[in-house]
Amino acid sequence: MSEVAPLLEAAVRTATPLLIAAAGETVAERAGVINIGLEGCIIAGAYAAFAVGAVTTAAGYAAAIAAGLGVGVLLAVFSVALRRDQIIVGTALTMLALGVTGTLFRMGGATALVVATQPATRLPGLSEIPLIGAAFFAQPAITYVAFGLVPAVWWFLQRTHSGLSLRAVGDAPIAARAAGVRVSAVQASAVLFGSGLGGLAGGALVLAQAGTFAEGMSAGRGFLAIAIVALGRWRPAGVAIASLVFGAAMALQFVVQALGWRVRYELALMIPYVLTLTALGALGKGVAPATLGRTVIDQ
Amino acid sequence: MIESFALADLGQVLDAFWRGSLGTSSAFFSGTLVRAIPLALVGIGLSIAFRAGVFNIGGEGQLLLGATAATFVGLYASALGPIAVVAALVAAGIAGAAWATVAAYLRDRFGVFEVVSTIMLNFIAVNLVSYLVRGPLQEPTRVYPQTEIIPFGARLPHLWPGTRLHAGAIIAIVAAVASWWFLSRTAAGFRIRAAGASPTVSRTTGRVRVDRVTFGAFVASGALAGLAGGIEVSGVTYALYENLSPGYGFSAIAVAILARLRPLAVLLAALLFATLETGALGMQRDAGVPSVVALALEAAIILAVVGVSGGFRDAPWRTWRASGATVAR
Repeated sequence: MSEVAPLLEAAVRTATPLLIAAAGETVAERAGVINIGLEGCIIAGAYAAFAVGAVTTAAGYAAAIAAGLGVGVLLAVFSVALRRDQIIVGTALTMLALGVTGTLFRMGGATALVVATQPATRLPGLSEIPLIGAAFFAQPAITYVAFGLVPAVWWFLQRTHSGLSLRAVGDAPIAARAAGVRVSAVQASAVLFGSGLGGLAGGALVLAQAGTFAEGMSAGRGFLAIAIVALGRWRPAGVAIASLVFGAAMALQFVVQALGWRVRYELALMIPYVLTLTALGALGKGVAPATLGRTVIDQ
Repeated sequence: MIESFALADLGQVLDAFWRGSLGTSSAFFSGTLVRAIPLALVGIGLSIAFRAGVFNIGGEGQLLLGATAATFVGLYASALGPIAVVAALVAAGIAGAAWATVAAYLRDRFGVFEVVSTIMLNFIAVNLVSYLVRGPLQEPTRVYPQTEIIPFGARLPHLWPGTRLHAGAIIAIVAAVASWWFLSRTAAGFRIRAAGASPTVSRTTGRVRVDRVTFGAFVASGALAGLAGGIEVSGVTYALYENLSPGYGFSAIAVAILARLRPLAVLLAALLFATLETGALGMQRDAGVPSVVALALEAAIILAVVGVSGGFRDAPWRTWRASGATVAR
């Protein structure tokens, strides 16, 4: 049993950037826009946080959000305003962000600059709970932000007028337009929200975990977040659970190593992806926003 | 560092790009042309898939599976002698097709969005290769994370003595011409285009079995990506190792888009992107400019093409099923 608490702690820590990115992506996808450029938002946010994070942690996070928004603006212009294919534009944006951050990083001399990582904020009392206390209540502040996003996004989507309009845009854009909703404006806002959070996720990666930048350090987390949104059935609570499951699956590799099990490390690394494929197949047809990914909605 | 890139250095940078990509015959025949081959093959496959409305972004994983299969056959079927290379390439195509079939089946049977499933399959393929070259397929001395070198019988011949240009170039050209002919001149090709352009209309005519057609296009694109991986092993690397592909599967998406999904144009687009990439490597070698800048340039080219062309906004893209989304049949 002694392995359970560290596993949970590692699971929550690993899940944090995934959850932040996936919460944002949930909003974008509910408005009918899939952001394949999320990976690009994350790496851009990570680089910005790395470049500015030495000043203050808050400045690092602000820069991360701004960088994510920078990528998001391009997606909004090409895919919402100009109605170009979301997947092509998103793929290009991921490549663009990986290329630009890699170039900047290497041109900057690739110094061994390290930024201070956020210390854990122990919540008094709660962090003493056996087994789960350390995992959920002694984490860096950004983790609490991540889990706070879950009810906030749920509240917005289900309990506000704007949230209703946003869901209408994703499910029935023509009806939404007839009801006076400005479809493109809603989609652009949703994209910007999602990409801003993508940037923040990258910031969390640098400022709460790695403490430094490495080329391509997003390592597919943007794509994982997109899978997590589908696994979570486009609902905030589902997305939170899926993030934790994913975090646990990824944390398992550390445990496998620590326990010295005779399982090849590379095989342990496959677990989250195999799990995702299996789960997506098992969940079957469901509840994706009706016009997700559609570029032209007039017909 | 950044100040040092003044205008005076620009000439040096461009010169490095030129010498790295097209400027010398060895750069062109042994570098750029060789690099264009996998880009072209994967790009041709993706053109077929995209035309059918299938967004296969698993070219990288399918290529790696093909490379693995070719290595395996090359190492263990050397008794075949000179036809070992044929067996290796056939195995590569089958392996790539099989990897794509996983995603095609998940899409067809369970409505799993192929963008998500193919990305997951890419990750699995990368880890699978890591495992194999450090585990069961590692070379006998167990020092390097790679397989043994495949025997001569499993290698593609070089076209010109003294260059690294291999017979894979001919395969790529044949594949492009055949795919062009198939897509534009055959009934099956027409069904693929129709299924992608409008599955609803295609279904209503009663003459196109849309699910079967898109499944076939998906698998075919996987086969071509797998073939590209096999050709890379039997023509260039002669062994399997990690990072065998510098992202061919992803760059090929850009190649297919730039070619606007026309197989013959894919050849030119692949050549252009290969030039960019080998030129960028030259800039890194001789002028200290990071080669990863090529990735940003490729992305800018896609955005420019997509933004200016006015295409890529409706058919044949708009019809894929989102993960779990139901589509009226």
